[in-house]
Amino acid sequence: MSTLERIQAGLNGITFKVVSSREGTTTIEIAIGDAKETIRRLRDACGFETNTFVTAVDRQPKTPRFELAWQFLSYKHNDYVRVHAAVEASHPHAPTITDLFAGTAYSERECFDMFGIVFDGHVGLKRLLMPEDYDHFPLRKDFPHQGIEPDRLYREWDRRRRERQPLAEESES
Amino acid sequence: MTQAHLGHAHAKGEPHTFEFSPGAIDKDDPLHGELMNLNMGPQHPATHGVLRIKVVLDGETMKYVEPVVGYLHRGKEKTCETLGWRKFFVHTDRLDYLQPLMNNCSYAMALESLAQMSVPQRGQQIRVLLMELSRIMAHLIYLGTTAIDLGAITMFFFTFSEREKIYTLLDAYTGHRMNNTYVRIGGVYADLDERVAREVRKWCEQFPAKIDEFEQMLTGNRIWYDRNRDIGVLTKEQCMSWSLTGPNLRASGYEWDLRKNRPYSGYENYQFEIPIGAKGDCYDRYAVRIEEMRQSVRILMQVLDALEKTQGGEFLAHDRRYVLPPKEAVRNSMEEMIHQFKIVTDMALPKGEAYHAVESSKGELGFYVVSDGTSHPVRCHIRAPGLMNVQAIPVLMHDRLFSDTVSIIGSLDFVMGEVDR
Repeated sequence: MSTLERIQAGLNGITFKVVSSREGTTTIEIAIGDAKETIRRLRDACGFETNTFVTAVDRQPKTPRFELAWQFLSYKHNDYVRVHAAVEASHPHAPTITDLFAGTAYSERECFDMFGIVFDGHVGLKRLLMPEDYDHFPLRKDFPHQGIEPDRLYREWDRRRRERQPLAEESES
Repeated sequence: MTQAHLGHAHAKGEPHTFEFSPGAIDKDDPLHGELMNLNMGPQHPATHGVLRIKVVLDGETMKYVEPVVGYLHRGKEKTCETLGWRKFFVHTDRLDYLQPLMNNCSYAMALESLAQMSVPQRGQQIRVLLMELSRIMAHLIYLGTTAIDLGAITMFFFTFSEREKIYTLLDAYTGHRMNNTYVRIGGVYADLDERVAREVRKWCEQFPAKIDEFEQMLTGNRIWYDRNRDIGVLTKEQCMSWSLTGPNLRASGYEWDLRKNRPYSGYENYQFEIPIGAKGDCYDRYAVRIEEMRQSVRILMQVLDALEKTQGGEFLAHDRRYVLPPKEAVRNSMEEMIHQFKIVTDMALPKGEAYHAVESSKGELGFYVVSDGTSHPVRCHIRAPGLMNVQAIPVLMHDRLFSDTVSIIGSLDFVMGEVDR
């Protein structure tokens, strides 16, 4: 039984589209509303035991703007499956799958950090790599590589430090 | 809440608590005292890089642990989108800087599967040689640094002097000790010289004796055993749920190795075993890595034999869309000149997406690349095994003594360059 047949049998009742990938991994496209159920079935009915990664692709200026990508690995059947779902820029929300695959906790946090996609239901969804009071989402296409006001946070932190420290101590150093 | 309870809750698929709840503290415990907040890192020798660990201590027991990453974030994925496919090669070296050539190979293979091109046999063999040397290098760092953190200072010098020899070998081949960037799309940059191959063989012949020496120091050593046995126990199910791969998964007793199960670069032609552990504790992870080094040497010897047979063969593909022509040809032929110009200025890869993973020393290292048919990627996602290894820290450290942090961090084995990209 090929990977696709196994997935077709497991995802009976959910509409999905098979898309091509260059390296031959079975890739399916689903609606974001079906994501949770699809991934649950992939785990329980199709035997995908582990999550490889969760990430997003910014397709600007196309609409819908974001494309989420999950990849799962089945140790038993020795194959991967990749799941795509489009996310609108006006409502960048996706369901969390941390309750199905606990290991996606950091990947989802990273995705939120870099693209601003909110994973509903994630316990402790906060920035992973950027500072917590950072304003932008760096991997979006409208974010320039050199950054937007790269020193803003340093100035902010410096200001706060000065406020905390008494003036006399400041002049001594 | 005990370790076993956490493991159980987790096996059912519930996420573990991310926020510290005072309810988790057992007030009737005679050892219960005042809670203390402690920051370990980001500047701490035992965190192996700029990792910060927030700990809530009750006496000496860790009640809440949260790793904070991102201190080494350099925006490598964004850099890839800005620089383009070709120029990102040098940046892959800086991900897991203990094994730059492994990252090079993984990235090159992802681009090759996107371009759907094949690599000549000799190119693949040289890549296997480089990848296995990288694996040994990374495992030596693991062994040396973990041992020095647990007080075995001699081990650090033993492993680093071996690592130094590999640096010398790589220096002879690539011209650099670190950050080699010697792998290209379609093969490797230059052929492996016969004299260098002889040196590698000489090193391979003496290395197993050195591993015995390491084992004499640590295996069965009472202190090493007590500090590692039954500490940081990971079950198979936990590893799968937490996306842990590589030696950490194998130490928990699951036989899975991308080199065996999904072979690439001709790994199916070499004889080697996959070591697995029984308990999944820090000691098993140590034992698995020791045995992996022996198996790597075994593969290296076979590769060197195979390389002798393909002496003088092609090591770089001839596809002029992606592979630079030799300098001599560029000087003498107009067409080759145009090819060189096209590749250097604007090397476009076909539209589509691809993922390719290799078994790095820390687990499944993959690159997920998305192209729109131009020279600059839409997305280049790095599937770093280290990030997943960091995720296991809170579960493993919960309700353990503070001194166990060192064994657990060391045995999970991650490099912050890769975790933070």
